[in-house]
This record gives sequence, structure tokens and C-alpha cells, in this order.
Amino acid sequence: MKEAKPIGEFCIRSKARHVVIIGNGISGVTCARHLRKRDSSSRITIVSGETQHFFSRTALMYIYMGHMKYEHTKPYEDWFWEKNRLDLVQDWVTSIDFEQKRLAFNNREPLKYDILVLALGSKSNLFDWPGQDLQGVQGLYSYQDLQSMEVNTRGCQRAVVVGGGLIGIEMAEMLRSRDIPVTFLVREQAFWDNVLPLEEAQLVGRHIREHHIDLRLGAELERILDDGTGNVKAVVTKDGEEIPCQFVGLTVGVSPNIDLVRNTRLEISKGILVDEHFATNIPNVFAIGDCVEYRTPPPMRRPVEQVWYTGRMHGETLAHNLAHEPVPYKPGPWFNSAKFLDIEYQTYGLVPSKWEEPVGSFYWEHPAGKKCLRLLFDNSTRQLLGVNIFGMRLRHELFDEALRSNTAVEEVLEQLHKANFDPEFYDRHYAEILQKFNQQFGTNLQLRREKKQKSLWAYFGF
Amino acid sequence: MNIIQKVGLGLFLVSLLFFNALLFMGEFRLTEQKLREVTSEQHYEVLRQELQPMLNKNYGSSFSFVMDFESSLDNYNQRQEESEQWDRVIWDDYTFAATKVASEGLVAQNKLLLLLLTVGLGVLGALLNILPKYRDEPTGIKHNGVMFSSNKSRGIIGITLGVYLIGIYVLLYWFPAYIVNWTLLVDPLSRILSGGPASQWFLYGTIYTLAILVMGVRMFRKYRGNKYQLLRTSSVMFFQLSFAFLIPEILVLLNKPWHDFKNIWPLDYTFFYNYRVEGMLSSGSIGMLMFVSGILLIILGVPLLTYFYGKRWYCSWVCGCGGLAETAGDPYRHLSDKSLNAWLVERWMVHGVLVFAVVMTGVTIVNYFSGFALLGQWTNTLHEWYGFLIGAAFAGVVGVGFYPLMGNRVWCRFGCPLAAYLGIVQRFKSRFRITTNGGQCISCGNCSTYCEMGIDVRWYAQRGQNIVRASCVGCGVCASVCPRGVLKLENGPEQGRISDIPILTGNESINVLS
Ligand SMILES: Cc1cc2nc3c(=O)[nH]c(=O)nc-3n(C[C@H](O)[C@H](O)[C@H](O)COP(=O)(O)OP(=O)(O)OC[C@H]3O[C@@H](n4cnc5c(N)ncnc54)[C@H](O)[C@@H]3O)c2cc1C
Ligand code: SF4
Ligand code: SF4
Repeated sequence: MKEAKPIGEFCIRSKARHVVIIGNGISGVTCARHLRKRDSSSRITIVSGETQHFFSRTALMYIYMGHMKYEHTKPYEDWFWEKNRLDLVQDWVTSIDFEQKRLAFNNREPLKYDILVLALGSKSNLFDWPGQDLQGVQGLYSYQDLQSMEVNTRGCQRAVVVGGGLIGIEMAEMLRSRDIPVTFLVREQAFWDNVLPLEEAQLVGRHIREHHIDLRLGAELERILDDGTGNVKAVVTKDGEEIPCQFVGLTVGVSPNIDLVRNTRLEISKGILVDEHFATNIPNVFAIGDCVEYRTPPPMRRPVEQVWYTGRMHGETLAHNLAHEPVPYKPGPWFNSAKFLDIEYQTYGLVPSKWEEPVGSFYWEHPAGKKCLRLLFDNSTRQLLGVNIFGMRLRHELFDEALRSNTAVEEVLEQLHKANFDPEFYDRHYAEILQKFNQQFGTNLQLRREKKQKSLWAYFGF
Repeated sequence: MNIIQKVGLGLFLVSLLFFNALLFMGEFRLTEQKLREVTSEQHYEVLRQELQPMLNKNYGSSFSFVMDFESSLDNYNQRQEESEQWDRVIWDDYTFAATKVASEGLVAQNKLLLLLLTVGLGVLGALLNILPKYRDEPTGIKHNGVMFSSNKSRGIIGITLGVYLIGIYVLLYWFPAYIVNWTLLVDPLSRILSGGPASQWFLYGTIYTLAILVMGVRMFRKYRGNKYQLLRTSSVMFFQLSFAFLIPEILVLLNKPWHDFKNIWPLDYTFFYNYRVEGMLSSGSIGMLMFVSGILLIILGVPLLTYFYGKRWYCSWVCGCGGLAETAGDPYRHLSDKSLNAWLVERWMVHGVLVFAVVMTGVTIVNYFSGFALLGQWTNTLHEWYGFLIGAAFAGVVGVGFYPLMGNRVWCRFGCPLAAYLGIVQRFKSRFRITTNGGQCISCGNCSTYCEMGIDVRWYAQRGQNIVRASCVGCGVCASVCPRGVLKLENGPEQGRISDIPILTGNESINVLS
């Protein structure tokens, strides 16, 4: 990969340049916002066929469950866009003419651009199952998917969710919120065990069952049956079991949404191929977010990353690059979070589902089985590699710092209480955790408490 | 809902219906003897004359009774005014007391039984509905279906409830004579506590306290497993029951002025009124305690405690208005307006009320020390207007009546002068803040949606900025509902509390200022 490109070559820098961003998700919108901050003269247009305004995709489930309305999921009020001179276009782009630098739309007149940012997001995977086009069978990615789920689950007696990932469990929770019985088909032997180590996967699995979700591990979808009117009647598993249902949720992962640019000059593989500055093979065309595949992934990163945070960081970095001297994308230590029904999950650094020497592991689980902590570290250097936390909250900054400075696992454990981010008055388990570590590794670590001031003021919280 | 819950709801609704029907029951008959009970010596003779046609007459409803009573009195007063005999005009308001003694029949004779059949049954029904909630469900806050609920989302039920509550407050503040039958119900309780008959305010206090206690139990169910919420709710339940309800009545029993020790000026806007000050100063050491503790709270308690813990120590742990908002008002918390415009209106309004309260009190004190030379009786007019506009219309009618329409903290947010005072301290000199957890926010909006004070919490969280806002009452619900564990209410060093230049953890390419 080349080092930083000279400014002039990177993109058009005329004052009145027209930057068009396709996609109003987190990556496209972040890019537009930050670009506007650094550059007041460019004309910026954000295009999306899905919705007029940016909304939080991660909150789709809460709309279905009645926690929020669509309006609540919009991170910015509607006046925000005009005030910041971000033009919004709601329509689907049907094709891109890279020579003429022109977009064609479903309904409206073509639009010319000087700089094009592709922030197209993902789409749900499908694996050519017989019956997957029946009415009542769907994935969950877009606002339109949510609307059809609303229609498809009306009067539903039983639903089947296929695929044990993050969207799958969200879908199961959504359906349960409306008291629809759910059978959850997961191919793996434990929930999400291609990502979670066994203990964590089992902890989540128990919790899923606690919510009266019929979790079937090691179960695979074979085909989906028609009731004769084009609606789903049942699913059949690889074991031959037929499960009657009126709704099937297919949540077997997502892949970059790049149909728009297939068979064009734009180089793609799984996603749109970009260099470390998010430039594609065509000058003045860039890509960010879920739809991107790194030609050379940053250290310890996979080539395609489809999470909210990476989309945001892509947008931040590209906005900088379009306005200043380009810098390469350099994400800090990996982090992510999710919520499995009622159990929150945070992870910092890398915790794969399996590891081998020289990686060592420490695992603590609360007796009630709803909280746990895992630390992975290098057995020889003792350096912390990653942490999984379930049912507790720990501070991002502290772990970010510890991971970047190669802090030893013992050091982290002795200061774990400082990373506490649980609400006030919650039970703390840091001493228990340390004790378990001491037992397992024959160490004698102590929590490093700050010295309490012995004055009266200490009682007031000084 | 299981069967027990349905029965509970049914009982509650029936008792509510019955409670309202009581207002139309019984008969009203004024006798000379009853009239003597409630009037002063000097007025008794006049009134006996004037009310002659009413005496011993049976009225089928309080409405016709009150109408006759008031027109007789108005008639008399008008005649005196026309002949300019000002000293003979009757300024005292006897309508409520006279209507109350006049009530006969069903309600007056079965106070205790009817109290049990209405309020008692209502409480029982509500508890039957609440206690089984979330049984067999793992702990975790569930807001399922809130946005589909007619009650909680400004549907027909919500609007009806709002109108009903507004109606109740209008009756309570300006037409108490129409609700004497309700006050009769709590007479026995009032006699036990304070030795006297129940006023409409005693009735209000009783229902208010019960609402906090019963809906507090609902909070225990809803937030089970969340210790911050459980402790906070226990605290407001305790302060309402003891400080706001029992202790003041017992003080009256001991011939001391009614006093709520935890109510602080300027929320307690009458604190510096002549009659209050004189009442306290003439009540021995307890009175002195009231006066001194009241002043200490204003000048030391508020700034110090708010410095250490934020305004939450009062607004969501102690205050009675906050107590009701946090319990009975909890189902409506998401109805607050989160727009930037609402914030603008809020700042002008709440600080405007603070200025009004401070000026009014200042004038009152100066006027008092100048021997009423400065403004004469003008302060009374000022007091009346404040009482009417802020004390009654805003705090009561809008404050609670608008729960199902604009959320549970309308008063606290737009009108409470004490909240404004606490807020100024919290914003500029406090250790309290809500911290955000690095770059973990997914902008989902749960926090903003469920913030009762209409703070757009997400605006801060998604840019990694601490939330330091004058209006935040520290209810902790934003932190409780955040699905990614991004928010934490904390007291900590002042340094770095206000992060004007937030940095989101995670991207090392550039130092992004969000
Ligand atoms: C249900 C669900 C829950 C999730 N939860 C989490 C989570 O908890 N944490 C997390 O990190 N990630 C989560 N994700 C993933 C996260 O939402 C995505 O990684 C992120 O939204 C991707 O952002 P983006 O800007 O790249 O693309 P998107 O948000 O997908 O935006 C792309 C936009 O481009 C539009 N578009 C595409 N093609 C065209 C065209 N031809 N014409 C016009 N418009 C077009 C699309 O309609 C879409 O609006 C979740 C995803 C889903 C579906
Ligand atoms: S910001 Fe959070 S703690 Fe403060 S009032 Fe709003 S919901 Fe409560
Ligand atoms: S609830 Fe949490 S994740 Fe959602 S917007 Fe608020 S802070 Fe962010």
C-alpha cells in the first residue's frame, strides 16, 4: 500500500465542488457532518432511497417493540440538515455513470457530482433456500423490512427465526415482546459460538431459554413450505422436523450492498475495494461503512467490518481526508457491544471464540449465571489482549488505554474497580474476581484502592 | 395480564367510578346550629338573617346548595358595598365549611365504610394489578408497547385522563365546596392525626401520598434489580409519607403551624409571608427550628448538597412534586418534548418564574420591615397573582393535569423556581455529571426518549460528551434504559467535568472533535 498521497491527487478541491454521498446511514451522515464542519463552501448532497432523514438502524427493534416511534430514532431534528446546508434527496440511485460523473434515479432527474462517496450499507444474506420468497419470509435490515415485519407478523401464531447472530436474537426478542411464540434455529452447538467462547455462549443460551424462546442448537433450515396461497406454512429442518409457523425471519448475516456497482469499472470483491484512505480505483470516488472491503486490512482487523462504530470512524476519517491532507485509517483497539435480551455485553480488544498457546484465558462467572468476565492475555508477556464482559459495564477509555499500552493482565485486574461503569449502588464483584484469579494462578493480587482522606470532608464525597 | 391483574384493574375502575359518584350523593341541609359551628360570632347573626330562606331546606346536590349560598352572600355584600359600609362586608369564605357541615345522608353517615369502598378498594385494586407484574420474567426494564398504549401515548384514554385530572385540580383549587363529600371521607383520619376536620388540602395530601406509595410499588416491580431506582423510589416514598404528610398534621395536633420541613423556598413560596414568619416565630423552639432550618436549607443546604451530588438529591430523592412525578408520573415520562425549541422556552420560563418568586419575596420582606409604608397592601395582590398563576394553575393544574399530555415533569422543567435555583448551582458549581462510555453509543435514542426532563441525552452521548445540564434531575433512567451501558451518573472532580471538546474513543487516525 502506498503512503499518504499528495493532496492535489487525492480529490477535486475546487471551492464549489459538489460532494454527493449515497447512503444516509451512520457512515454517510458522519462524513457529511464532519465535512461541513471543515469545509463551508462545498455543496453537499446526501441521497438515500430508504428514508428522508437519517435514523438509527440499531434502534429498529425498539420501534417494533413499542419502546420508541420512528421519530425517536432520528439522531438529529429535521431542521438540522437545512441549517447545515446538507441537501437531502430521497430516491433510489439506479445507476452511476463514472465517466460523466452522473447519477441516475428511479424518479428524479439525474444529478452530477464532482466527488462521490458510496456509503451503501449492507443487505441481508440469503442462501437460496426453497421457499425463501414466500410471503411471511424476510430478513431485517431496512426500515422497509421493519414495515413488512409489522404486516407479516399480524395474527402470527408461531414464528421461526433462522440464524444465531445479533440480528437473530433481536428478532426473537421483538417477536416475544408481542407474545408470539418463537422457535430459534441456530446451526452452531452454542449460541453465536463462532464469535463467543463456549462459557459466554452458554450463558447467553440459558438466558434465551429463560425468555421462553424455543432455542434449537445444531438445527439447520432445509426448506420453507407454502400453504398453497403463497404464504409460509412451516419450515423443515435438516433433521426432517416440520415446524408450523406463519413467519420466518432469516438472519444469517449481512453482506455489502453493492448491486448498484456490480459490472462497472469500480473494483469490488466482497465489498467495494478501498485503500487506507477510502479511495476506490476510480478517482474522486470513495466508499465507507458496511459496503467497504479493505484492500489491506488495518492490523488485526478483518477486511469487511459491518458495525456502527467502524462506519462512524470511516465517515470521520474520510471527511478529514476530503478537506485536508489525507491520513490513513488507523482504528484503535477493537471494541463492540450488544444486548442479549436483558444481558448487556461489552468487549474490548480481541476475544476470539478459540485460542491457543501462547494465549491464556481467565474466566469468572457470577453464581447466578448472568454476569461474567473473561480476560485473554499473552502467557509469556502477560500483556492483555482482550476482555468480554456480560451483565456489567466497564469503562471504554481505561481498556483502550490498557490495550494500547500493552498493560499486563495483573495490572489491569488490580485496577479493575476503576473501570467500573455500573450505576451507583450496584453490587461490585471486583474483589471476587481478583480472588478467583489469585486462586487460579497462585498470585497474590490486591485491589489498589486509592487512599481515603481521613478528614470529615471524605464523608461528603471529596 | 393475568386474571388477578384484571380483577385488580376492574376493582380500581369501579372504585374510581364510585368515588366520583359520591359527589352527587346525599343531601345538603343547613341548620342554625350547623351554621354556628362554622362561622364566627360576629358573622353568625348576619348570616342567619341572610340565609334564612335556605335554613332547614333540603338540597339534592352540592351544586344547587352552593349556588343559593353564594348568591345570598353576594347579595348581602353587594348591598353593603353600595351603601359603602365596608366594615360590614363579609370577606371570609364560608362556602366550603358551610357546604361540608350541610352534607347529610349517605356520605356523612358512612364515612369510614365509604372511604374503604372507594379509596381503600382503589388502592387494593391497584396493588392487585401491580404486584403480579413481570412475574416469571427475568429482571430488566421493559418498555414494551408503551408507544402503542392509548393511556401512555396521548390516545383517547390518555387525553381523557388528562382532562379528568385538570378538572379535579380546578375543583380543588377554586371550587372546593363541590367536593366536600370527598373531604368528609377523610374526616376520621384527619381527626386522628391533627385533631381537626379535614380540609380539601388534607384530602389532597392523603390521595397524593397514596398515589406515591402505590405507584412507588409499581416502580419496585418495574425497576426490580436496579438498585439506584429502588433506593431513590424508597426515598421519595419515605419523605412524602413522613415529612409531607404525617409530621405536618401532627404539628397541627400539637398546636403548631402546619409545616413541611423538606419544602424549601422558593418552591415553598409562602415561607417569608408575614403570617408564616409570625406563625413560626410564635411557636416556641419547634417554630424556631422551622424558621432556622428553612433558611439554612436555602443558603447552605441547596448549594452544598447540590455541589456534592447534583440537584438530584432534592428533585428525585426528596421533593414531593418530584416524588409524584417519579412514581405516578413514570408511565408518562417519554412524553416530554426533546426539541431545541422546548429547551429555549424552558430556560426563559423557569428562570422567569425564579425571578418572579425572588422579586415577590424581596418586596414582601422590605415591605414588612418598612412597616407597610412602601407598597401598602400591594404585596397581597402580588401574592394572590403568584398563588393563582404559579402556585395553583402551573404547579397543580398544568403540573399534574398535563402528565398524560406533556410528560410528568412539566412543572419541574418549566415552572419550579427551586429547580431553577438548584439547576444554576448544578450547571456552574457541582461535582455531578453524566459520563459517557467512550465510543460505545449507537445513537439509538432510548435515553432521550425516556428522559422526563426533555434532555436530548443522545446528542451528548453520541459525541462522547459529558451531560451537564441545569435541568437534569438525576433520575438515572437514561442510564437504566441505555442498551449499550453508555451512561453513568457520577459525582467526581470538577476538573474535566464539562467536556466542550469531546473526543470519541476508538479512532486513532485523527483527533475528531464531534
Ligand atoms: C437490526 C440491526 C441491528 C444492529 N445493531 C447493531 C449494534 O447494536 N451495534 C453495531 O455496531 N451495529 C449494529 N448493526 C449494524 C449497523 O447498523 C451497520 O453497521 C451500520 O448501520 C452501517 O452503516 P452504513 O452507513 O455503512 O450503512 P447503512 O446504514 O446501511 O446506510 C446505507 C444507506 O444507503 C442507502 N442506499 C443503498 N443503496 C442505495 C441506492 N442505490 N440508492 C439510494 N440509497 C441507497 C440505503 O437505503 C441505506 O439507507 C445493526 C444492524 C441491524 C440491521
Ligand atoms: S438526563 Fe438522565 S438522569 Fe437526567 S433527567 Fe434525563 S433521564 Fe434523568
Ligand atoms: S440509549 Fe445509550 S446507546 Fe442509545 S443513544 Fe442513548 S447513550 Fe446512545
